[in-house]
Amino acid sequence: MEYFTPVSAAIGGLLIGLAATLMLWTNGRITGISGIVSGVLIPSKTDTLWRVCFVAGLILGPLAYIAVSGQGPTIVTQASPLLSIVAGLAVGFGTRLGSGCTSGHGICGIARFSKRSFLATAVFMLTAIVTVYVTRHLVGGS
Amino acid sequence: MEDANSTIDKAFNVKALVWVFLSGLLFGLGLTISGMINPAKVIGFLDVAGNWDPSLALVMASGLAVTVPGFHFILKQERPLFETKFFLPGKADVDPRLISGAALFGIGWGLAGLCPGPALAGITSLDSSVLSFVAAMLAGMLLHYFLLETRD
Repeated sequence: MEYFTPVSAAIGGLLIGLAATLMLWTNGRITGISGIVSGVLIPSKTDTLWRVCFVAGLILGPLAYIAVSGQGPTIVTQASPLLSIVAGLAVGFGTRLGSGCTSGHGICGIARFSKRSFLATAVFMLTAIVTVYVTRHLVGGS
Repeated sequence: MEDANSTIDKAFNVKALVWVFLSGLLFGLGLTISGMINPAKVIGFLDVAGNWDPSLALVMASGLAVTVPGFHFILKQERPLFETKFFLPGKADVDPRLISGAALFGIGWGLAGLCPGPALAGITSLDSSVLSFVAAMLAGMLLHYFLLETRD
């Protein structure tokens, strides 16, 4: 567990939870990133503007961090652009089919004690862990 | 996706939109501080057979430590501050779409170490893998829309 960063993980998690709570309190909506983004992509008459505002904040968040701390976040990608395309397609299609991702099911759905969200979270955690096991230890061999 | 009761856009409620922007900003900040914006760190959590990094579990736990009591309290209110009602997912039953969608999402998540929030928050890094992922993710969402969603 040499890479474990408990303090920053706990603080970051609190901020994420606070963000989702603020959204429900002020706007009455679930902070599900995949749902919000697909709503920007496929605009509706009544629910586009707030989604754009949320996504703008989400994208500016890391820049606010850079402005305050003076350093950029570490972003290390191990997947090639081609593999990233395959992964992106699966995530885009899968989150729509499964009605949510880590935020909507994992942070908000579980907080509402939704049976669907508990199950979805267990399933995507499991397939992600198996995928990493296969690519890292069976095929990749590192 | 669309709800006739929704007033935030129609009323152009600037105050409400500012709060939504702020929650997006906090969310992006939380992803950055926690390190979840970094695909290598997410893979470190998913790689239970390697040098396991439990950080992601702690991020979820501390997020839930806020949302569980927060949602409980808020949903007891009659309505949110700037809307006429709460907009909560209506489906309650587990169906094959939920399971297969979550399974497919997990495979993509494991392949790249990216899920929708961190991927979008990471686009200003201009990393070519993050950008390719986001473009493909949007394409995947559109594909689902055109293949499986009913349009009016």
